[in-house]
Amino acid sequence: MPIILDKVSHIYGQDTNTPVKALNNINLVIPDGQFIGIIGHTGSGKSTLVQHLNGLMKATAGNIYFNGEDIDDDDFDKKKLRSKVGLVFQYPEHQLFETDVFTDVCFGPKNLGLSKTEVELRAYEALKLVGLDDEYFYQSPFELSGGQKRRVAIAGVLAMKPQVLVLDEPTAGLDPKGRDEILEQISKLKKETGITVILVSHSMDDVARYVERIIVMNRGCVVYDDAPREVFRYYRELEEIGLAAPQVTYMMKDLQEHGYDVSDNVTTIDEAKDEIMRYFTRLAAAKKGNG
Amino acid sequence: MLRDITLGQYYQADSVIHRLDPRVKLGSTILFIISLFLFDNAAGYVVAALFLALVINLSKVPFRFMVKGMKAIVFLLMITVVFNLFLTPGEPLLTIWKFRITKEGVSLAVLLAIRLSFLIIGSSIMTLTTTPNQLTDGLEKMLGPLKRIKVPVHEIAMMMSIALRFIPILMEETDKIMKAQLARCADFESGNIIKRAKGLVPLLVPLFISAFRRANDLAMAMEARCYRGGEHRTKMKPLHYERRDFVAYAVVICYLATGIAAGYAAPLLLSLTGMTGGV
Repeated sequence: MPIILDKVSHIYGQDTNTPVKALNNINLVIPDGQFIGIIGHTGSGKSTLVQHLNGLMKATAGNIYFNGEDIDDDDFDKKKLRSKVGLVFQYPEHQLFETDVFTDVCFGPKNLGLSKTEVELRAYEALKLVGLDDEYFYQSPFELSGGQKRRVAIAGVLAMKPQVLVLDEPTAGLDPKGRDEILEQISKLKKETGITVILVSHSMDDVARYVERIIVMNRGCVVYDDAPREVFRYYRELEEIGLAAPQVTYMMKDLQEHGYDVSDNVTTIDEAKDEIMRYFTRLAAAKKGNG
Repeated sequence: MLRDITLGQYYQADSVIHRLDPRVKLGSTILFIISLFLFDNAAGYVVAALFLALVINLSKVPFRFMVKGMKAIVFLLMITVVFNLFLTPGEPLLTIWKFRITKEGVSLAVLLAIRLSFLIIGSSIMTLTTTPNQLTDGLEKMLGPLKRIKVPVHEIAMMMSIALRFIPILMEETDKIMKAQLARCADFESGNIIKRAKGLVPLLVPLFISAFRRANDLAMAMEARCYRGGEHRTKMKPLHYERRDFVAYAVVICYLATGIAAGYAAPLLLSLTGMTGGV
């Protein structure tokens, strides 16, 4: 179920003496099954943008279509939209409220009016999808570690079986290990379920490894919208808007400057390793040819 | 969603009223409220209305912001008006079934409605033109003499400023949690009262937890900076009166005097005109 944004703008505090234009004429098409990263500096409008996708915020101008229907139509079922476009907020663990993990995850599907067995089945499935062990299911969510709480909160949204999963800064405030675990889990989940996943982040290194398309935002506008390696070509422009290409891209550029004949068109450490290995094989082959 | 509450919110502008010492504003507001209860005839309220209009004009705050604050008390206002309208004994004007509207009732209801609206507008001018910090600073200084009789003035002011500071934070937090639960298809709007009250649990539990967490963090941060109360504490911007503050006091006292004088003068004038009419 594709989402289409047509000239969407949003202005905060329209009737105060300090209106802020958070989104400015955004046009986007989000087809089924893509893994997308939305990147931008703090205040670039990325969080505002994702809240439009499930109708939590209303665009001050422009239209948003979900599966061909305008979501601002009066007869459009917002509740259904929210179950189809699951949004996981920043620090989602702050939304936990139930006495145990399992009941909390049940909250979403229960609101959809499903039968008790269906609700529990979905909760179990979601908790398994985020990789939480059975032993935690009946503990209080407040006794878990930060990373585990976040998994529970993500499961709470997954249990509604969304077709689009939007995660707003899912790694904020986690240590490097917790960050890698969460990102790996999301990537695995994407492979298993085939749903559309939108990852909002300000870190290129986090996103570059997983996504197939990057949307770069700055001051409420979409600046670049392309495959990661195409976007990272503009690393100088990215630096100007407070972002950066992944560190490996910089390393490859340094190698080039030092006279090594390698391509800088790499975005992950694995690709960089392959590229460097290729260089040495070429070098060895050339030596053999000479000798 | 929750941004519509103006009571206790600051409106940024550069005006004479904004620049006044907070003590002047606090004192004047208290005097203004007292004056509303002293005046008991139309003439006094005309003076009060003129005074309010002058201050609103000087403050450069759009009038609709004060009206927004009024929305919160519309219900209270209605109850007051209705009760006074129907339950005041006196000369009957209109009778509907068992209820009687009297002449005295009408005048009392109108009087109370005006009194309440002026009260709200008057105090919202103060909060709209004074930051919470200035307000508590002013209060601390004004209550200073009470320290002699062991009233913990500084601590009270501190608690007040913390409480005020937390209002916008908690409102933002409420907004965030509400959205997060809405994203999980929570329903805050439909159903009967019991269902709605139950629906608030997913909002209130996280809100309380976050309030405690924030309070804890704040206490820790204060402790880390060796905060230990009011003794020997100096201010970065100590309050002191300027010329304009004395002028403001003078204006307020003039207003009070005019209002009271108008109260005495009006019936006198009326009877005078009545006498000449009679002649």
